Amino acid sequence: MYRYDEFDAQIVRDRVNQFRGQVERRLAGELLEDEFKPLRLQNGVYLQLHAYMLRVAIPYGQLNPRQLRQLARIARDYDKGYGHWTTRQNIQFNWVALKDIPDVLDLLADVEMHAIQTSGNCIRNTTTDHFAGAAADEVMDPRPWCEIIRQWSTFHPEFAFLPRKFKIAVTAAGHDRAAIRVHDIGLHMRERGGQVGFEVHVGGGQGRTPHIAAKVADFVPEGELLDYLEAIMRVYNRFGRRDNKYKARIKILVSETGEEAFRDLVEAEFEAQREAEKIALPQAEIERIHAYFAPPELAGKPATSAAFERAKAADPGFALWADANLHPHKQAGYASVTVSHKPVGGIAGDATDRQMMVVAHLAEAYGHEDIRVSHAQNLILPHVALDDMYEVYRELDAAGLATANESLISDMIVCPGLDYCNLANARSIPVGQAIAREFASLEDQADIGQLHINISGCINACGHHHVGHIGILGVDRKGEEFYQITFGGRADEKASIGQIAGPGLRAEDVPPALKRVVERYRALRTEKAERFIDVVERLGTEPFKEALYAAD
Amino acid sequence: MPLIKNGAEIENVWSFVPDEAELSPDGCVVVTLTRLLSQADLLLARNTAVGVRLMPEDDPHLLAEHLDRLGLIEISFPKYTDGRGYSQAQLLRRRLGYSGELRAVGHVLRDQILYMNRSGFDAFETARADLPSVLEAMSEFSSFYQPAADGARSVFAARHVGSQEG
Ligand code: HEM
Ligand code: SF4
Repeated sequence: MYRYDEFDAQIVRDRVNQFRGQVERRLAGELLEDEFKPLRLQNGVYLQLHAYMLRVAIPYGQLNPRQLRQLARIARDYDKGYGHWTTRQNIQFNWVALKDIPDVLDLLADVEMHAIQTSGNCIRNTTTDHFAGAAADEVMDPRPWCEIIRQWSTFHPEFAFLPRKFKIAVTAAGHDRAAIRVHDIGLHMRERGGQVGFEVHVGGGQGRTPHIAAKVADFVPEGELLDYLEAIMRVYNRFGRRDNKYKARIKILVSETGEEAFRDLVEAEFEAQREAEKIALPQAEIERIHAYFAPPELAGKPATSAAFERAKAADPGFALWADANLHPHKQAGYASVTVSHKPVGGIAGDATDRQMMVVAHLAEAYGHEDIRVSHAQNLILPHVALDDMYEVYRELDAAGLATANESLISDMIVCPGLDYCNLANARSIPVGQAIAREFASLEDQADIGQLHINISGCINACGHHHVGHIGILGVDRKGEEFYQITFGGRADEKASIGQIAGPGLRAEDVPPALKRVVERYRALRTEKAERFIDVVERLGTEPFKEALYAAD
Repeated sequence: MPLIKNGAEIENVWSFVPDEAELSPDGCVVVTLTRLLSQADLLLARNTAVGVRLMPEDDPHLLAEHLDRLGLIEISFPKYTDGRGYSQAQLLRRRLGYSGELRAVGHVLRDQILYMNRSGFDAFETARADLPSVLEAMSEFSSFYQPAADGARSVFAARHVGSQEG
């Protein structure tokens, strides 16, 4: 993984000192709250319903054990003993006092972390495939380019006051696990004639006007990537709407300008760049950054493990977990482990300081010191030998982190909703919990197979309901909470926005209605390998709408 | 209002003349882009220097043919959250090669000045920051990852000084 050199370390320290000064000026009244706001936002400090919230960047979702232990310490000493993994592969602390934030930032800097540009109208943390560098199906490792983008975008002087926030995602696998088509810029890495380059998608997003990104370039060679990104950013900074914050995302610029005309604007800006304006990233720098991401040295192993098979035969709970939560690794005899943060009846994405310590220990003992945060709000141990899997499982299980539900119906993305959020129309967490109880049997969930349910408490779509295979949106009708259901959304390489089924349901009617939908799916699938989303693709949403409203 | 340029407080000899006001026959005047373009010959023939003030929506390319005769370009920040002025500045400096005074006016705050300076501004008219705090703001960071209009060497390049690609 990337390690700071003296430049990176100094820049992060400079930032902490700068922010310390800003907090002092704010507390002394020299800075008005309105003027302080964009400054704190660019350091990940939000003012929420109950307190200040601090969002810490986890660049492309990667952590080492030392960093995870430091997050545990911050959770314990400055929060109420927990943190929350976010859908953008970051962590949020919900109860940090403003006066303590500079100290917390210092603790983060001690382990090469920061909160820079985790909010505000600037370029945010770049996200990627949580199995990057490990997945059997990846063409190359996207992380080095995520790191290059992180550095380029950090304190970019031209793009600190964009019309709106800006999110970039990168994938390099056939199956897109980074949801690049619902990001402001989505980059798909490709190889062409021995050269590495990027397919560029622009203008995806969720929120109240969901859009699937438009492809603006088939192949930008890696040496030109940053210059091409500068061209897109400048077009957006100059021409993006600033009159209405709901129309300020780049997706609106792309759709109002038209894809063709937008592409022309970007191409013209890119062509006009003079030699002196180019970033001219030295080849040696590209190589230097790539060298940090060399694969871990994994001992050669046979594809099957006797210890693993024995444990599966002896412990059905382990067998169920191993079937659900392991992902194929590049190297035989290894797998990537999903550490579920979706216990039935719990809050999606919450982790206690103790749980963080357990995962840090496992990463050290069995996981080559590598930990990832997934956008589904789980943790990943990307490189674990099958031989060690039972040990890992048992420790996770003891810490409440071994729910066998990766990508299953209870592995939901759920926004905080009315319980925590002042913009909410409806509660989200209790609805998610009620659904999880309806499908409590993990065997039954395994039989249903992959099914993503995403829940948002209002149209801002923090819970990504537009791209859930089944999406649930809380709406307010004359002071009463209703839930609108969508079918067929997906965030992968076939990204699409879910279609609204019809009138909203009352909270208590949602779980039985989904039960009917799932039963209809089971009746319609041709074989177990045909997932819910595949059946929607084959037959459309009609059968599921019918099942949804088929009560009595 | 304090005017700070190249690390010192200087006196402001320029005055902005809105479109609806008459131009005085002498003195250094700053006009809108509309006025400059519609009366370019008249204005640029004056004995005293002429400056122009760009609003966020103005296209700096329209100044291309007048740049060598302008004594000042002001870029206005009606709201500090409107970041279009940074792109205007970079375009003027790096694309169009403007080398005269580039002044930030309007809602100019201490904590934006470093970004402004990096984007090519060399003068700041600000009611909200005194000279020491502006100087402090400009020295808060020891290095920068990306190249910009200030010409500072990027970290990307600094890491490889001496190597071939340096
Ligand atoms: C608790 C208080 C919260 C508030 C008030 C809040 C508010 C908002 C708002 C207003 C937006 C829309 C921004 C836009 O115009 O594009 C938004 C988007 C988003 N929020 Fe939250 N949020 C909250 C919590 C969270 C949490 C806990 C998460 C992560 C688990 C989250 C993840 C997101 C994401 C990913 C989006 C982007 C959707 C898109 O791509 O457009 N939010 N949030
Ligand atoms: S989707 Fe709405 S209710 Fe849920 S966290 Fe976002 S703003 Fe709040």
